[in-house]
Amino acid sequence: MRITVASGKGGTGKTTVAVNLALACADQQLTQFLDCDVEEPNAHLFLEPRIEQKRSVKKLLPRVDASLCDSCGACAKACEFNAIAVIGGRGLVYDELCHGCGLCTMVCPKGAIEEVPHELGVIESGTARGFAFAHGVLNIGEAMATPVIHDLKTEAKADHLVVIDAPPGTGCPAIAAIHGADLALLVTEPTPFGLHDLTAAVGVARVLEVPVAVVINRDGIGDDRIERYCEDEGIPVLLKIPFDREIASLYAEGKPLVESSEVWRERYRELYRRIREVVS
Amino acid sequence: MRSILFLSGKGGTGKTTLAGAFAVLAQDKVLVDCDVDAANLHLLLDPTVIDEGAYEGSKTAIKNDDLCTACGKCREVCRFHAIGEDLSIDSYLCEGCGACAHVCPVGAITLRPQVSGRWMTAKTRLGPLASAELDPGEETSGKLVMHVKQRANALAEELGIERLVIDGAPGIGCPVIASVTGVDAVILVTEPTLSGLHDLERILGVVRHFGIPAHLVINKADLSTALAERVRAFAEESGLPILGEIPFDRRVTEAMVAGRSAVEDDESAASKAIVGIFEACVEKGVL
Repeated sequence: MRITVASGKGGTGKTTVAVNLALACADQQLTQFLDCDVEEPNAHLFLEPRIEQKRSVKKLLPRVDASLCDSCGACAKACEFNAIAVIGGRGLVYDELCHGCGLCTMVCPKGAIEEVPHELGVIESGTARGFAFAHGVLNIGEAMATPVIHDLKTEAKADHLVVIDAPPGTGCPAIAAIHGADLALLVTEPTPFGLHDLTAAVGVARVLEVPVAVVINRDGIGDDRIERYCEDEGIPVLLKIPFDREIASLYAEGKPLVESSEVWRERYRELYRRIREVVS
Repeated sequence: MRSILFLSGKGGTGKTTLAGAFAVLAQDKVLVDCDVDAANLHLLLDPTVIDEGAYEGSKTAIKNDDLCTACGKCREVCRFHAIGEDLSIDSYLCEGCGACAHVCPVGAITLRPQVSGRWMTAKTRLGPLASAELDPGEETSGKLVMHVKQRANALAEELGIERLVIDGAPGIGCPVIASVTGVDAVILVTEPTLSGLHDLERILGVVRHFGIPAHLVINKADLSTALAERVRAFAEESGLPILGEIPFDRRVTEAMVAGRSAVEDDESAASKAIVGIFEACVEKGVL
């Protein structure tokens, strides 16, 4: 089963929920953790994995051989991303706009364009607290997180509970992390910002046809608008985590809650039981 | 034109809280919400729309099954795994590059423009606003961010305003890069947590990669004394000037629930700290 822990709004507690869920289930169930927030991966700070393998994720960037190029402009005309232009008789590639689709090489009548690999980020995998762990890390200055996420998702193991920590937002990286999951577990907070962004995240999960359930974090800091929304929409609220300075300070120091509290370990196991009910 | 942008790497550290506060404190500015995935600034502003529209930022491949001969060439060239074994096109994986349409020998595939979001310009109780929201399941948030910035610049020009206050997105990827290019200064908002510090290091790398001056605000600074100390030490080592620190204060959330900016509650400890940060910005010429 694949559970993607997501949220529209950032900082609602995705990593907290994902990490504690994996830790609470790992001794009862084959478990794997995939940190798909490749722009800002944080789960390793809590799980302290031993990294055993590392590989590069690359995209192919076109390079124009000036001696073969006759400035016909077919590449620039074909490129949907405005990533290649012919200026002053030379083919110029804007690397950060290029999606690496290869269309320019296909349309060049002179065969003047070849592609060179360019590293976008890395995938690191190993074990953490006895279960399988992998995360992707986007290189600084790179714009395209999605290929790193797709590559990371190929690590997903069959017959495991795969807990996926998603990036915030509703754009392509969040879509890539939610796509194909059995459940999107949406973590939110009871505030107007929380509700607005939860609504957007529910919209994404619904177009991707992924069932949703909600965890309310920092319960008590705002009002009851999340619960009213969930009730209206028929979305199950599976767990509420109260706002508590002790919980906040454990988080600050990178200490998973279930490792210091049997009560919370049991609550996260109960969360998993309820997830299984929703998924089946 | 002078523009400042709030970024954080990690989400939920308080970018919109600060942008909303600067909306109250700064005179003569256009407010810009570049967090098109989760645009929240307008929730504090009571906007009245001046102009709005759909934004067609991307295309998606559409296949005419009556023409398709199931030769499979499209699937061979697609690098985004968007064409399944049954040669159906998954529009959420399709990047709209057109490689499949190019190789299709019978012209069964065409690219169709997609509405990927909506933009708006508005009058608000705290000044003019340009913002946008991505449609559910749509991509190209970077392009939509660029579009919002263009709208904001046009609006500022029309109104004779010389300053943009921009709320950015979390992360370090495409929408962040689209928002950071061309701004005059970035205010990084962090919190004293391991995640906050880790993400601050990465976002600072991005901002410096683009050669933009950066300043730091530590929000919820009293949540962890030890981590706050580590954040200060990191800022010191990195030559990242600290504009100020904001204590954790539930009244910030209470203000948000009431649809107000944190500094409209002028008695709260957080409000006083944010006013100090704003004054530091003015003094140091950040704004």
